Amino acid sequence: MPDVTANARTAAAPARVQTIRPAGKNRTAARVQAAVLRGLVGLAALLTAAVLVFLIGYILVMGIPNLKPELFAWEYTSDNVSLVPALINTLFMTAFSLVIATPLGVFAAIWLVEYAPRGSKLVRLVRITTETLQGIPSIVYGLFGMLFFVNALHWGYSLMAGAFTLAIMVLPVIMRTTEEALLAVPDSYREGSFGLGAGKLRTVFRVVLPSAMPGVLSGVILATGRIVGETAALIYTASTLPKVANSVFSSTRTLAVHMYLLSSEGLYINQTYGTAVVLLVLVLVINSFSSVVARKLSANRQ
Amino acid sequence: MSNKFTETLMKLVFTLCACLSIAAVVLICVFLFANGIPTLFEIGPLKFLLGKTWKPGSDIYGILPMILGSVYVTAGAILVGVPLGVLTAVYMSRFASRGINRFMLPAVQLLAGIPSVVYGFFGMIVLVPAVQAMVKTPFFTQVLQVKGGKGMSLFTASVLLGIMILPTVITVSKTSLDAVPQSYYEGSLALGATHERSVFSVVLPAAKSGVLSAMILGIGRAVGETMAVVMVAGNQTWMPQGLFKGLRTMTSNIVMEMGYATDLHRESLIATGVVLFVFILLINLCFSLVKGGSDHA
Repeated sequence: MPDVTANARTAAAPARVQTIRPAGKNRTAARVQAAVLRGLVGLAALLTAAVLVFLIGYILVMGIPNLKPELFAWEYTSDNVSLVPALINTLFMTAFSLVIATPLGVFAAIWLVEYAPRGSKLVRLVRITTETLQGIPSIVYGLFGMLFFVNALHWGYSLMAGAFTLAIMVLPVIMRTTEEALLAVPDSYREGSFGLGAGKLRTVFRVVLPSAMPGVLSGVILATGRIVGETAALIYTASTLPKVANSVFSSTRTLAVHMYLLSSEGLYINQTYGTAVVLLVLVLVINSFSSVVARKLSANRQ
Repeated sequence: MSNKFTETLMKLVFTLCACLSIAAVVLICVFLFANGIPTLFEIGPLKFLLGKTWKPGSDIYGILPMILGSVYVTAGAILVGVPLGVLTAVYMSRFASRGINRFMLPAVQLLAGIPSVVYGFFGMIVLVPAVQAMVKTPFFTQVLQVKGGKGMSLFTASVLLGIMILPTVITVSKTSLDAVPQSYYEGSLALGATHERSVFSVVLPAAKSGVLSAMILGIGRAVGETMAVVMVAGNQTWMPQGLFKGLRTMTSNIVMEMGYATDLHRESLIATGVVLFVFILLINLCFSLVKGGSDHA
């Protein structure tokens, strides 16, 4: 702040002392500086947009011609490297993780917003740990899942171990979005419900939660996007078997893991392009859906 | 009566659910540390952390190359991603018209949603050959004296990670830029400063704690990124040798060797995970300090 006022003073002083040339010079300098800064930020934004367009465009252009029917064969073989079993497994994995994480995350958020005593130590602890969970990289979740679910609980490399690991990973996402949605519900709703004689629990489930639903939903969809795109947390928990899982204890390979394995083998470059398109489009559609739902929430509020 | 019972019961259920995140953090700490710390002492903490050689075949486990690898790659990603991200955020917050932001906001969200394997694949297919071609040009071999540069290198990994942390940096910086009171900006204009100067000398400094949090979050993401780095960094276990040479990070060390590692080798990979985890905890701590500091102000 101090240097700003100093600069402004030096810029203003010559103008007052009727010498015109320095003022003119300063004005040109200011104009040049302004143009440079404007150019700089414009260029940065252009570059960011260009990176996105190029990345998505490149994958689509190279991938769409490679979407051959054999890539969608029902069974995986090392000839067709079909992505269908992985796609079905992704569906299982997503559903399983969400079934675990959604109620837990929503209930936790309900406690934080509706029940928790203001400024209690427990609330602070919950917040700190949730933030910590959010910062943990997926490979560390993978290691933990391997040590705890796979080894300590003897579940083996399985759909279940993967789903529980991912559930912990997306728990903070669901908690935070639900919390924001609950906080946005006006207190008058609650008061009205209490006034009509409803208990706390009834108020929460019949009044508050339904009006917060779009927010909860957008959080769940966001979590879906993360699960579908996740690789590092799954390689050593659900492992890599390219078959449709027939029980929660069978090893599975989701689409993102499938794509990593294909690209690291380096033998199926065309098929990898095709797989990348499917994965990218899937995740992008899920994420856009989430923001559409979230926008609907804010539109409703107005 | 039963109504009251349900109320109490559900309150208990909600409380327990909230405590799950505490339980999760405790479990993660306990399992990682209980598995990693004994290994650390079995190998010798100094030998493990400062050892320059990683040769599981001859039972030599030194992870200094990977620690440095993670630090260098993260520093590179910050150098690429933070200036670009902050400038983009400044543009979106103070320069762009509504129409342009209607395109830029979803663009940043899309960028955040792309899975890291897709980034990694893109890096492998596009960036690696491009860098490979770049270091072979006479300008690099003769003027800059880059000898034997490779496409899979610290440079490539930094650029790719720099792109990957962009959405985090942009979103957090933009939020804090948007939160700067309009009166600061107007005051600067009234003193005769141009729009650009007001934004850069008044608004941006006022948002600096937000920019700092953006940087710390970016560091956290870059240190923890695994799949994309494995695919473009080359993964040699030597000490980092230069901008255009391959290196290996802690995350890639774990993901590459865990599949076939046994006994002490496997334990030492888990210990690598513990070191990574401690790095992340320290970064989180910095983040809450910065955030807590700005809350008080």
